[in-house]
Amino acid sequence: MIGHNTLVVLLGCAALGLAAGVVGSFALLRGRALLADAIGHAALPGVVAASLLVAALGGEARALGPLLLGAAVTGWLGLLALRRLTASGRIPPDAGIAVVLSAFYALGTVGLSVAQTLPGAAQAGLTHFILGQAATMTEADALLAGALALGCAGVVALLFQPLRALCFDEGFARAQGLPVRALDLALLGLMLAVCVAGLPAVGLILVVALLVVPAAAARLLAARLPAMLALAGLFGALAGAAGALASTRLPDLPTGAAVVLAGLAIFGAAALAGRRRGRGA
Amino acid sequence: MPDGAPLRTAAAAAPLAVEGLTVRYDGRPALSGVTWRAAPGLTAILGPNGAGKSTLLKAALGLVPAEGEARFFGQPLEAVRARVAYLPQRASVDWSFPASALDVVAMARLPRARWFGALPRREREAARAALAAVGLADLAERQIGRLSGGQQQRVFLARALAQEAELFLMDEPLAAVDAVTEETILAVLHGLVREGKSVLMVHHDLSLVQAHFDHVLILAGRLVAAGPVAEAFTDSAIAAAFGGLPGRGRGA
Repeated sequence: MIGHNTLVVLLGCAALGLAAGVVGSFALLRGRALLADAIGHAALPGVVAASLLVAALGGEARALGPLLLGAAVTGWLGLLALRRLTASGRIPPDAGIAVVLSAFYALGTVGLSVAQTLPGAAQAGLTHFILGQAATMTEADALLAGALALGCAGVVALLFQPLRALCFDEGFARAQGLPVRALDLALLGLMLAVCVAGLPAVGLILVVALLVVPAAAARLLAARLPAMLALAGLFGALAGAAGALASTRLPDLPTGAAVVLAGLAIFGAAALAGRRRGRGA
Repeated sequence: MPDGAPLRTAAAAAPLAVEGLTVRYDGRPALSGVTWRAAPGLTAILGPNGAGKSTLLKAALGLVPAEGEARFFGQPLEAVRARVAYLPQRASVDWSFPASALDVVAMARLPRARWFGALPRREREAARAALAAVGLADLAERQIGRLSGGQQQRVFLARALAQEAELFLMDEPLAAVDAVTEETILAVLHGLVREGKSVLMVHHDLSLVQAHFDHVLILAGRLVAAGPVAEAFTDSAIAAAFGGLPGRGRGA
């Protein structure tokens, strides 16, 4: 038996997985997939700060909206910091990402421990943002995450043509006068939105996998981008729903881990199928 | 052209005119103070590796930061983008990208369509026609990674053709291609010139220059020589650019 609340959470996580697969496909093809890891870790101080702020103002400290807003703000700050770090060219992007994600995560961890010394329930449940806990999501939480995720998928559908041109050949896209900076900014915004929407269910440590694993699996199978997006969305939705279901059945299981393991099972199958296809051709 | 003549008032505006074009990579000059007016027709841009040939094209197109000025048909690029086509080096993209040959060529039609949603059918048909013009009509639906190197190069040429421009900037379209591809590309280039269009092409094989090109621009980090092939494509210019290496003869 699946209760109403469980069903809503399941659908919310499936929508999240779908959007992550679609957005993650472009992130992968643009060579920006690891930015999702920086965003996820950079979100923690934002979540903690937002919860403290809301509690100080006498609000409901566990309301999801302000927490996600805080996550988006520091996630974006993390991206800005990364850009500053790597601007000179002397610090390569991978090292920059390592610096940013560890710095923000450390900051968030310190914030968490400070919050736990304070009276009241401000910090309760915040640790769920680290590894994800879909089972604690309310119906409203799931609807918020799902709506955000579907909005992202809609934006990708609108920007499909110019994003594809940019991912394939940046030089040509720029020579044609496509708004490359704006497109890259839109892609970053989409990644930020999906990462933030995915925090409550998947957690900040593994949210990168939700963007990368379904997209990588689809990349192994698809010969054209529309097929890759469809497959990545499907794989992501399956992984999201499977993870959420596991989390409601086994409440001690971190949802993020369950989602990622489901995604990796799909990836394994795709790798096998892709190898067979490659050999047959 | 007399040095320092204002580019914008040139009588018949050159397809491309650069003035004092300088590019530095990590502070090291890759191209220093190139002032040059391209003539209409087919021009080969020659020079040894690292001479700044590709850099010249990229700097003119605003793809790398540069000092100096580049004007297309007497105007800044923004004003005449639709009249300028670009063919980057084949190795500059990932050919395992999930796209068919037609998908890639159709990218050239994006500026003609609205920015959102699907590409209109007539634009896809124009892309299909460009593929046919390079002899790849039958391979339109094939994933680009499953094409040969020469076929991939022809996909890039088709994409440039589909831009329906008047000036074509091409970065080594003849590098490491098979005989059929070389023949096809040269035929297309001559067809373009017959239609009154201009092609500036980064090129390696000195033996093809006299038979196929009208003009040369010889670079070695700076301008070494430029002009009609008969005047500028001299042994001394080649020696100056290539460091007098023997065996780089001009051929027939």
